[in-house]
Amino acid sequence: MAERIRVLVAKPGLDGHDRGAKVVASALRDAGMEVIYTGLHQTPEMIVNAAVQEDVDVVALSILSGAHMTMFPRVLELLKEAGADDVVVTGVGIIPEEDMSELVGIGVDRLFGPGSDTREIASYIEEAVTAKRG
Amino acid sequence: MAEKGKGSKLAHAKKDWEEKVASSSRQRDALFTSVSGEKVDLLYTPEDLEEHDYERDLGFPGEYPYTRGVRANMYRGRLWTMRQFSGFGTPEDSNARNKFLLAHGQTGLSVAFDLPTIMGYDSDHERAEGEVGVCGVAIDSLRDMETLFDGIPLDKVSTSMTINAPAAVLLAMYICVGEKQGVPSEKLRGTIQNDLLKEYIAQKSWIFPPKPSMRIITDIMEYCAEHVPQWNTISISGYHIREAGSTALQELAFTLADGFAYVEAGIEAGMDVDTFAPRLSHFFNAHMDFFEEIAKFRAARRIWATDMKEKYGAKDPRSWLLRFHTQTAGCSLTAQQPYNNIVRTALEALSGVLGGTQSLHTNSMDETLALPSEEAVHVALRTQQVIAYESGVPNVIDPLGGSYYIEALTDKMEKGCRDYFAQIDKLGGVIPAIEKGFFQREIARAAFQYQREIEEKRRVIVGVNDFVDEEEKVKIDLLKIGPEAAERQKRVLKDVRAERDDEAVQKALAGLKAAAEGTDNLMPHFVECCRVYATEGEMIGTLRDVFGEYREPPIYW
Repeated sequence: MAERIRVLVAKPGLDGHDRGAKVVASALRDAGMEVIYTGLHQTPEMIVNAAVQEDVDVVALSILSGAHMTMFPRVLELLKEAGADDVVVTGVGIIPEEDMSELVGIGVDRLFGPGSDTREIASYIEEAVTAKRG
Repeated sequence: MAEKGKGSKLAHAKKDWEEKVASSSRQRDALFTSVSGEKVDLLYTPEDLEEHDYERDLGFPGEYPYTRGVRANMYRGRLWTMRQFSGFGTPEDSNARNKFLLAHGQTGLSVAFDLPTIMGYDSDHERAEGEVGVCGVAIDSLRDMETLFDGIPLDKVSTSMTINAPAAVLLAMYICVGEKQGVPSEKLRGTIQNDLLKEYIAQKSWIFPPKPSMRIITDIMEYCAEHVPQWNTISISGYHIREAGSTALQELAFTLADGFAYVEAGIEAGMDVDTFAPRLSHFFNAHMDFFEEIAKFRAARRIWATDMKEKYGAKDPRSWLLRFHTQTAGCSLTAQQPYNNIVRTALEALSGVLGGTQSLHTNSMDETLALPSEEAVHVALRTQQVIAYESGVPNVIDPLGGSYYIEALTDKMEKGCRDYFAQIDKLGGVIPAIEKGFFQREIARAAFQYQREIEEKRRVIVGVNDFVDEEEKVKIDLLKIGPEAAERQKRVLKDVRAERDDEAVQKALAGLKAAAEGTDNLMPHFVECCRVYATEGEMIGTLRDVFGEYREPPIYW
């Protein structure tokens, strides 16, 4: 049997709106994944440290505050520095489409907007991790 | 056994009718519950109101227990205040938006601050990176506040500021802007949100632990009672609790529990309840379940009046009044087919008006995508004006009062609320219940349940899980904040630091620190710090050193 998928659900930045992060975390847990939730007000450094320490397959960021163009690139950069650039980086939030394309262009795997189905997020993560594990 | 008369005869007739319905009628395959998951009956009759006593339970508008409204003449006297929440970018940007709104008939200002301001960081702090001016206006010092209100006479407008942990700082800055305009603090009208309990419960923009937070709040209440008597010192908020995923009942119960906790804190701090309670206001969400929302507003007024009078011994009728602001539910809006959001918002706004709100914010159709554009804000404001001037609704007070359904729902809300109060009491009160994660868990469970219902399509959201346009392309122009806002803020901060009298700043900050370590009221110290252009980050930083920071255990279920 394949090893359980480990996901870090993180809330970067100063925003505290955690409804989405918690709903997604619960849904991924129910889909059989191991979920580590960082809690609030995390810096990219804190998130990448947690990702490395917990040896996760996926980092999923929840960003509603508009700070996505700062947070995602920084998390990608720090993961690379830590030699953990095989980690799948994804996210959910209020992110305009053109920003989504730009972020995917620099290495974010896939992003989800408001109204996304959590089951779709879970099956995407399974596929992405399976593909990486080869 | 003697017949109980009408009720019993009616009960039989209703039972007969129900049996007929059950045997002969088909039922759609749908969830017959409220948005909050509460079961609702097919029909309500006088049987549901058998225990009702008109004068005891409803009374007259403007009279105890205020179920029907807080004013005797309600909207015939004055319409609700149309107050659109606004703020983005630099103080110059927000000043222009506010002038735009005032010119289009808005009657009160409502300021949204950016996250660094909300969390007590200056714009040049490393934690502010990427967030300056993004979801509200950036304010670092009195200089920014002067710009924000430039050309807006503070004796002519009322201003609501959505600010919590650093509320004292922003209020102090407002007082200083008043001084500069020649408006004494006694004439200032407005509201600070200043509701930290709901931050720990739902919105999570806290800075200090609960105890010092409560102390700052009671300091503000005491100071304003004397110096800023027309200011609403706390806007006891259910809005964020609801947005975090609670049910309507949880919103009502947790908000009122928070409100009573502030009342108890004020009394414990040695104040007479009637010196501060008239300046407490409330803030509720208006979600999609039309009747449930109206019942919630009516129950809120009755519970507040009853407990303020009976439990807390308030004698001034103004202390019994639950006055409230309403905002339509951001979380009910969809990114898909955003024009539908105009309709959702109109229905929600109407429930606020039928529920007797004192002021109202209508959300813009594009808010699930970004900050609202000018066009979208325009439609949102016009929605309120259509209700106010075309619908005829404001002509009659509480027009749904007496509806079997509305009254039964109002009673049920009150009962459910009292059950929650008992649970919170058992946990030792609001703060211990927060520390035990009670509210957070209740809300997270309700949010997950709601999401499940949508994903399993037991609850239909038009355009999201049914009536979907596969080829949908959103063509709404979005407002985006560039890096210029942060650059401007950093430049002004640098100027302010260079131009101010540093010695005066250090002295004022030392005074603030000493007061925080002791028991002096903090407000005069905040005013003094603002007056000499100490920055928000410096003031909050000083208090962080004394009070420490709150940390929530990261639990998601």
